[in-house]
Amino acid sequence: MAGQGTILLQWMGGGPMDRDLLERVRQRVESTFALPARLLAVNGPPPDSLEPRRGQHSSTRILRWILTTLPPGVTKVLGITDVDLFIPVLTFVFGEAQVDGPAAVVSMARLRLTYDGQPAPLALVEGRLHKECLHELGHTFGLVHCADVTCVMSRSNSVLDVDQKRAGFCRDCRQRLRALTEERDGP
Amino acid sequence: MKAKGSILVVDDEEIVRDSLARWLEEDGYQVDTAPDGQAALTKLAAQAYAILLVDLKMPGIDGLQVLVQARTLQPDAAVIIMTAYATVDTAVQAMKQGAYDYLVKPFEPEELSLMVGKLTNTQALRRENVLLRKALKRQCEFKDLVSKSPKMEAVFELARTAAKSNSTVLILGGSGTGKELLARAIHAESLRREGPFVGVSCAALTESLLESELFGHEKGAFTGAVGSARGKFEIAAGGTLFLDEIGDISPKLQLDLLRVLDAREFRRVGGSQVIKTDARIIAATNRDLKKLVDSGSFREDLYYRLNVIPVTLPPLRERKEDIPLLAEHFLAQFRTEMRKPLESLSGEALEMLMAYDWPGNVRELRNVLERGAVLARGPILTPLGLELGPPTLPPGAPTDTPDSLREVERRHIEVTLKQHNWNITRAAKALGIDRVTLYNKIKRYQIREDE
Repeated sequence: MAGQGTILLQWMGGGPMDRDLLERVRQRVESTFALPARLLAVNGPPPDSLEPRRGQHSSTRILRWILTTLPPGVTKVLGITDVDLFIPVLTFVFGEAQVDGPAAVVSMARLRLTYDGQPAPLALVEGRLHKECLHELGHTFGLVHCADVTCVMSRSNSVLDVDQKRAGFCRDCRQRLRALTEERDGP
Repeated sequence: MKAKGSILVVDDEEIVRDSLARWLEEDGYQVDTAPDGQAALTKLAAQAYAILLVDLKMPGIDGLQVLVQARTLQPDAAVIIMTAYATVDTAVQAMKQGAYDYLVKPFEPEELSLMVGKLTNTQALRRENVLLRKALKRQCEFKDLVSKSPKMEAVFELARTAAKSNSTVLILGGSGTGKELLARAIHAESLRREGPFVGVSCAALTESLLESELFGHEKGAFTGAVGSARGKFEIAAGGTLFLDEIGDISPKLQLDLLRVLDAREFRRVGGSQVIKTDARIIAATNRDLKKLVDSGSFREDLYYRLNVIPVTLPPLRERKEDIPLLAEHFLAQFRTEMRKPLESLSGEALEMLMAYDWPGNVRELRNVLERGAVLARGPILTPLGLELGPPTLPPGAPTDTPDSLREVERRHIEVTLKQHNWNITRAAKALGIDRVTLYNKIKRYQIREDE
């Protein structure tokens, strides 16, 4: 569906990579975007992304680091991390992506918790991770937020929003994704 | 995909601009950034933005100064002030200067989402409102006349052409369609606009009075002619003479009028001196002149003399698309005249007006709305205050039918005089006759002021 190139899923967490979990995410990404996806682990988030005063990592700095380390032949890189992310004006973000660009990042830190801060069941966390990975990668293919709250491209400001959506695109976003890909790579 | 709207992010920190721009781009906005106040003002002078997200503390021109300038450069743009130091003072100051809102950094993603989303919806509604109003205003105009009906557009076009000539114009149309307004508009658009516009209602006067009105009289020409008087033909010199209800004039006056139109000269009643006239004639009637010609009650030669440029005003029922426009026009007039906060008609009221047949045409619409405006208790006129058709008497009420037409006229004059505290000039104006005629009628009917 999404044309040519390879998608790289890059574990850049503070802790060890859960290979089985990320393998299932990789398969979902591959089938959703119809592109080969690879899994890779690097040594944690870039040190300059940490903001000691907030105890959070700057998602924007992580994106910049990804862009400087883009491997040849890879069209999209999705960083996956377990550290909490922020952008300066906001208290936190689940992730950040370049719309129609090569880089995106997703954090599992808040996906692991319930709305009131308790640890969430693993199956629920995995579902959320699948959704947020598809969401941020969707942005890199040119999709913007969708008004349909059940579409994976709808904006999530809390885990409740994430839980409300499906791990897939609505019909409009699917068509838009196809059109955007054809526009770039040809039918 | 089409961008939703344009947002300008103004912040001296590069990472703030970059990250916030990306966050908003994910929502589908087209985002531009400026690193300081000066750069923001340059961008504001060059491009339109829907929303401005401005950091309060910046070196040089700060956020409040950008806000003040933005209000002038782009009054429609909503400004959201971002501040790390929330004090009541700065917030109050920002709001006083016209900021839409302010956000204290760092703010919850949901807060920004809701604020920007709400703003975008409001702006979309405002744009839609402007477009709808423009569509409503897409109308043709001819002086004080407004319409969006193709029929009226053709009338205005013909009237504009007629205004440029000196030819006689015959305005045909039902009662209340705006014949006098059109005549005045033609006069105002003509080269004679600096000259007088003189109107005479031919139906309101007896034959001899109308004769005197039109041609004037010399002293002693008839009983009561204590001095000489100029007639309307003389008064309208260099201007326009509007002969309303021309279909109602007597055969004798038809002949007199024909002679004047032919020779462009006349004599005062009881006078011998020939007076030249250059008044431009606009005649009007709500009667079918052609039928009157066929039945022999209107001279055919006069008909052709008058029917040089015929203009027919359609009845209101044939241009119902004008009802909302005219209603808005009249409400605006009453708003000023009555000093009432009248805004509009309710949907139901407008539906009611659209469904009605309007036998009295625009004048009836105006009267219905005037009554509604007087009775209105709020800014919206509802069907409750709008009474269509002739006023209904309560069942069993005495009808109080007067005996004769003379009696009706006498009573009407008496009431009008009382209404105007026996100010003859004002009462005559209200009755649509001149002062001499009113004096004559007062004398004839022996109407006396109450002690």
